[in-house]
Amino acid sequence: MPKLVEIKNLKKYFKTSRGMVHAVDGVTLDIKQGKTMGIVGESGCGKSTLGRILVHLEESTGGQIIFNNEDVTQLKKNDMKKFREHAQIIFQDPYSSLDPRYTVEDSIKESLMMSGKYNRAKALEKTQELMDLVGIAPRLRLAYPHELDGGRRQRVGIARALALDPEFIVCDEPVSALDVSIQAQILNLLKKLQQEQNLTYMFITHDLSVVKHISDDICVMYLGQLVETCSSKELFHRQYHPYTKALLSAIPSVNIRHKMNRIVLKGEITSPINPKPGCRFAARCNYACEKCHEPQKLMEVSPDHFVSCCRAKEINN
Amino acid sequence: MDEKKAFLQIKNLNVEYVTKEETVHAVNGVSFKLEKGKVLGLVGETGAGKTTIARAILRVLQEPPAVLKEGEILLAGKNLLELPEEKICHVRGKKITMIFQDPMTSLNPVMSVGSQIAEVIALHNKISKNEVRKKAEEMLETVGIPAERYDEFPHQFSGGMKQRVVIAIALACNPALLLADEPTTALDVTIQAQVLELMKKLNRENNTTTILITHDLGVVAEMCDEVAIVYAGEIVESGSLEDVFENPSHPYTVGLFGALPKIREDVEWLSPIEGMPPDPTDLPKGCKFHPRCPKATEQCRSCQPDLKEITQGHKCRCHFAEEKEGSGCPN
Amino acid sequence: MTDTMNIKKIEETMKAKKKSQVLEVMKRLSYNKGAVVGGILFLLVLLAAVFAPLLAPFDYAEINIQDRCMSPCLAHLFGTDQMGRDILSRALYGARYSMIIGIGSVVFSAVFGIIIGAIAGYYGGWLDNFIMRLCDIIQSIPGLILNIALACALGPGIFNIILALGIEGIAGTARLMRSSILNVRKMEYLDAARTSNCGNYRIILKHVFPNTFAPILVQSTMGVGSRIMLAASMSYVGIGVQPPTPEWGAMLADSRDFLMEYPYMCLIPGICIMVVVLALNLLGDGLRDALDPKLKK
Repeated sequence: MPKLVEIKNLKKYFKTSRGMVHAVDGVTLDIKQGKTMGIVGESGCGKSTLGRILVHLEESTGGQIIFNNEDVTQLKKNDMKKFREHAQIIFQDPYSSLDPRYTVEDSIKESLMMSGKYNRAKALEKTQELMDLVGIAPRLRLAYPHELDGGRRQRVGIARALALDPEFIVCDEPVSALDVSIQAQILNLLKKLQQEQNLTYMFITHDLSVVKHISDDICVMYLGQLVETCSSKELFHRQYHPYTKALLSAIPSVNIRHKMNRIVLKGEITSPINPKPGCRFAARCNYACEKCHEPQKLMEVSPDHFVSCCRAKEINN
Repeated sequence: MDEKKAFLQIKNLNVEYVTKEETVHAVNGVSFKLEKGKVLGLVGETGAGKTTIARAILRVLQEPPAVLKEGEILLAGKNLLELPEEKICHVRGKKITMIFQDPMTSLNPVMSVGSQIAEVIALHNKISKNEVRKKAEEMLETVGIPAERYDEFPHQFSGGMKQRVVIAIALACNPALLLADEPTTALDVTIQAQVLELMKKLNRENNTTTILITHDLGVVAEMCDEVAIVYAGEIVESGSLEDVFENPSHPYTVGLFGALPKIREDVEWLSPIEGMPPDPTDLPKGCKFHPRCPKATEQCRSCQPDLKEITQGHKCRCHFAEEKEGSGCPN
Repeated sequence: MTDTMNIKKIEETMKAKKKSQVLEVMKRLSYNKGAVVGGILFLLVLLAAVFAPLLAPFDYAEINIQDRCMSPCLAHLFGTDQMGRDILSRALYGARYSMIIGIGSVVFSAVFGIIIGAIAGYYGGWLDNFIMRLCDIIQSIPGLILNIALACALGPGIFNIILALGIEGIAGTARLMRSSILNVRKMEYLDAARTSNCGNYRIILKHVFPNTFAPILVQSTMGVGSRIMLAASMSYVGIGVQPPTPEWGAMLADSRDFLMEYPYMCLIPGICIMVVVLALNLLGDGLRDALDPKLKK
């Protein structure tokens, strides 16, 4: 399977008054063409930052991003314009991601007009097509965002991301603000679009059941670092990292007969400000030992299954 | 069911929000009973009226625009809606307390967390200052926060810790009824697990009757003994956890389960419920769910179904929940 | 076949005109009784100011000593002042000057305040700090005293008063602009605009400005009233509009020696000021509600 995006040792540090925030700290990841890479983690784990770096809404502090065999880590203005025709993002909050003074049509049309490839009439035609594609009734063409419910707004956001026919879309928690019944509609839509247009997704979420449903591969993050990555099937079948185990066991299941043995973690997520070297999960980990305070390496525990835990094999025997 | 056993009983509760332009029918004839020590899960989507029900029980509806059209709320046989304001103040906090969704905004930022707990204790107990402090410290320990942090302020706490403080405040007077409005929605999964464990433990120890309001069916499965599914201000299905989760009977409940991505099942496509929840200012005639229901018939469009018992204790508001006979339209 | 169908469909939907946002706001404004009353009053005063030469029965500066201090009668509806000038005519012309000062100074501070506040809010960093500390300094001086100082330094005259009042208002407008920009800057639609390849200028002009415009407009509307009052108080202490120009504040100032025996002289300009300020406040309140897209119903 060809790789569309290769992320190599990507870093993003923010300077704050309290110190350096290591939001993303050395993430290495491949995203396969036409597949969905799910990024899971709790708040503050850097998953959104990672997504925003990939579409150049933030600039990385270090590392490399390779897109379609081209280095896109640093882009000049013209290259950026071209790059954005290939990579787009769907935002989390359907309430703040649409300009309240733009109609549905204006919002979708904007990137078409900015690309310079469409004249007004062509852009309007394409906008119609896009609205059809994501399932917004034509009569809502001139509606303002506040007249739409969350699900429809998110559809507008999807149409806007699709406008320039990108290959790669970062979906930043696109369904976490929606109700269950609407969430399912949007998830199905995203899946349908992927099949029709051979899209590659990076799907960022905190909801494990959603990520399991939509992803082919999953990457678990904790405090800016990659903890475990493998195919979706494998991850839910067998986890090696203690954090992944705890995370999976924490999901409240609707199945009332089969209760999982819950691993309740002690403590809270620490802050990613000036972190010490070594495993960042060590403070909450039941298996932490001396070795955990040294920098961890990503190990391949089984084919295509990577874990960043020095005791992974020990624990799981 | 005999009347004496019901600790909390709600009869035909109707709440509307009336403004100049429109009337929002938030709660339309909700009735349920809850036994002492049980946990009821009130499940529904945004705008279904769950929070309004809880606010009505605690009598903290904003009036206006809210108007309590009719209904009775009987707590241990006493109608709360008939109590005068001074008396209800006594019930609130002492007998009934509420945990709000957002721990960030339900704590006072300029008071230390300890004194916020102490405030509630002092208000409802006539004990000395030292005893109050001691009790508040105990409460902190109960929810898993070291008593040394008594004098710290909310901003020094993380989200999960704040929610624990909120729980500590709510439980400080050992209430008979706890209303928890989406207590874990704002929290991360691993923190949610901690808080749920805590609530379960406290519920077991104190035998607190609890109403848990949530949209998360997983949390309900985890916590509740009984479930009521709310749609457009009505209870469409209610019963024990087993009844509702293993034998969902209302098309909406069935739809909710179908729309949910499941962790232990592989499905290619989810089955979402088509359409949108109805506009509460303009509810459809007949069954409120009929515009989205795959099985809707002429009868559903014209005639509002009753909440009928289909098996012992399991009720469902659908014309087709049982044998066809007896489901005829009265008009 | 489907193609022609599609084109037809597109043409049909194309026919639907985009709802003009200005018209929308006006429509919603019209539901608010207070705003309608305020708007009508303000419009009347504005018309009176524009058509003062046609409406005024007398020349505002015509002195007629034998008719001095007349009570209202048919010839002089509002009476005459201590020099026998017709108060109605003076009030009408006064509307002109008061309006010019009020609106002029608000426009002045809005233009500069918006630019300065936008720079501070959008770019942030040391520039933001510098501009905001400068605003702190200006705002730490009591408004009236600053105005008086500025007016004294600039010398009398309508234009200088506008300037003095305008400069004082820049700091407040800049601060408001900055805070609403900071609010908008958090919004994801700006990120969305960036991924749509919009440049900085387009983002500022097309996405940031329209969304920060509402509070500025509301503040400015109410600001006109308070500027008219400020100008009046400056005239009252004698550094505002110079006689015989009939600005309302100046008229009040003239009346101060006759307060007890002849109240019409102060009553009429006082009522004029009150009506305009009230009208503008009502209008501003209405605008605030009408401009909020979330309250749209």
